[in-house]
Amino acid sequence: MCGAAAFSFAFGLAARLGGQSLWIRESWETGKINPDGIADFIDPADLLLCHADSQREVLAVAEEALRSGAVTLVVMTLSKPLGLTEGRRLQLAARDGNAVGLALIPEGMGSNAAETRWRCDPVFVSRDSTLLKWELIKNKSGTLGVWYVRWDAASRRFAMVSPAGK
Amino acid sequence: MFDGMQRRVVSLWFPRLASDRALRSRPIEGPFVLTLKQKNANRVYCLNAEAERQGLHAGMPYSDARAFCPDLRSRVADPQEDLRFLHVLRRWATQYCPWVGLEDAEGLVLDVTGSVHLFGGEEALLAEMSGKLQRAGFEVRAGLGDTRGAAWALAHYGAGVAPTGDMLCAIGALPVAALRLEARETVALQRLGLRRVSDLAAAARAPLTRRFGPGVLRRLDQALGAQPEDISPLAEAPHYGVRITLPEPIGLVDDVMAGTRRLLEQLCHKLKAQEVGARILCLTLDRVDHDSQQVELRLARPLHDPGRILPLFERGVSDIDAGFGIERLRLEATRVEDVHATQMNHVSAGRKDQLEDLITRIGTRIGLDNIQRFLPADSHIPERSFTLSSAAYCEPQSGWAPARPRPLLLFAPEPISGSGPHPPQRFRWRRMALTTGRAIGPERICPEWWLEDENWRSGLRDYWRVETQQGRRLWLFHTPQAPGWFVQGEFT
Repeated sequence: MCGAAAFSFAFGLAARLGGQSLWIRESWETGKINPDGIADFIDPADLLLCHADSQREVLAVAEEALRSGAVTLVVMTLSKPLGLTEGRRLQLAARDGNAVGLALIPEGMGSNAAETRWRCDPVFVSRDSTLLKWELIKNKSGTLGVWYVRWDAASRRFAMVSPAGK
Repeated sequence: MFDGMQRRVVSLWFPRLASDRALRSRPIEGPFVLTLKQKNANRVYCLNAEAERQGLHAGMPYSDARAFCPDLRSRVADPQEDLRFLHVLRRWATQYCPWVGLEDAEGLVLDVTGSVHLFGGEEALLAEMSGKLQRAGFEVRAGLGDTRGAAWALAHYGAGVAPTGDMLCAIGALPVAALRLEARETVALQRLGLRRVSDLAAAARAPLTRRFGPGVLRRLDQALGAQPEDISPLAEAPHYGVRITLPEPIGLVDDVMAGTRRLLEQLCHKLKAQEVGARILCLTLDRVDHDSQQVELRLARPLHDPGRILPLFERGVSDIDAGFGIERLRLEATRVEDVHATQMNHVSAGRKDQLEDLITRIGTRIGLDNIQRFLPADSHIPERSFTLSSAAYCEPQSGWAPARPRPLLLFAPEPISGSGPHPPQRFRWRRMALTTGRAIGPERICPEWWLEDENWRSGLRDYWRVETQQGRRLWLFHTPQAPGWFVQGEFT
């Protein structure tokens, strides 16, 4: 997952999955998640934050959380490329715990082990303030594609917008 | 005929407990006082012998004391810590007899009936106690008598041992203040000419009761043994530690876990009986080569369920280096908290328990304080409208209802070039050239003047939601009182 609107993708996914989500980041990262901002997506009480010292710790915590089955979504912010072994371990853990793992990565640093890779960017249109462009840039088991979506705060879900409608 | 054993009571008085305790940790030569704020003034709370020789006394204002004695050294008193230390001394005194209680805030009372001969007689017992305490740096006065009152009188106003039998003969010569009377009563008795205990005992009882109420004669009877008085020993705090010693050393993880399971069952039984749960557990593994290894487990919530705690030990135990084998296991709950029985709920309990176990497991890796959750805070300043606190020590709270749209991400304000009250048409932010497509605002937020905040020195802020042509949706603010534009957050 990369791009400028990756956060809203993650929180939209959390809203869709329901239940507890866990957000793991390295402790040096300065940007703060604002609970007032995410209240549109999920109840901030359902979000747990972990601050890990290094990417190694981030991955270890993510694996533990994915395997436990106590959370439905694990989001980790990564700063370095993810190796094949780590990626595969996370996938197995996610399968065991029946949870979704999402890695927020800098542009062009995806792991080869990833099932799918998305790029998510906000799009400016004169009428709508929530229009996003989701681009599937890697898919192991299907084709790539581009979708335009819009966040509907009332029903707490993303609504698809036809390309012509943008 | 044998009519039971005569009761014998020791009273210990530490006249300078507070200053002795303070000087024990950091000794000081010369006059020394502990000060405490009493009655709106800094007063002398406790002083050492040297200071007393200089003419100071407890209760005098500290400024006076310094005027009398210019080279006076002082520290601040800590009565709570003194009381805690008195409990330590009480525990120490249980080596002489099991029945030890506290006497006021600076004394102990011991019922040594039947244990005197173990220390070579009463004189020897007192000498040993005083000797040990004096070597430890405490000034102590001890009295031994048939009753608690007599022992107290001897400790405070006399010294030594009162022979068994007639207490009046032992304490008769002491002043009436030795009967634990109030100061007002003591003065009144002295005015009546009753200066000594023997005077009081010889006086007619009925007029005394009419004059003073029953209190004075009750104290006299208690001291002379005509009226019983009990000593209430304090209960030992429950100790949450169990251990197991093995006939043969073990080294396999499974074996250690099996041993831990046995210990946990015993420990949790103890915890359940007291309605408490362990918050921090410490497993000590003693190896054959006299080395010992520790596994510490910090739990996300107090637990006393062995089935849930045991799997959480797995990670710590697997990291242990068993060396030539482990021969002794010791498990202690180093911190416990109250756990009250609650109604079980089969719908939601499972998920919550799973989450708490997950927090514990992650906590063993990155520290329990690094797992946090948001709590709402009462402030309209964006960065202060929430707090982050450790998820293990707080419950999730709802009540998030922002009145206006707020950004997903907040960061420290980043200055951009711009002037005037309206958002700049073109600006550079994080090395990106951005063009304003649409700006919604302003929303004015005033600083909270009652709180000092470095970041809000520039005065009130006008916030704008700016959607750029390039797509980024930013939260900008303008400070009209110190003109400037900043980016503080990002939507989407």
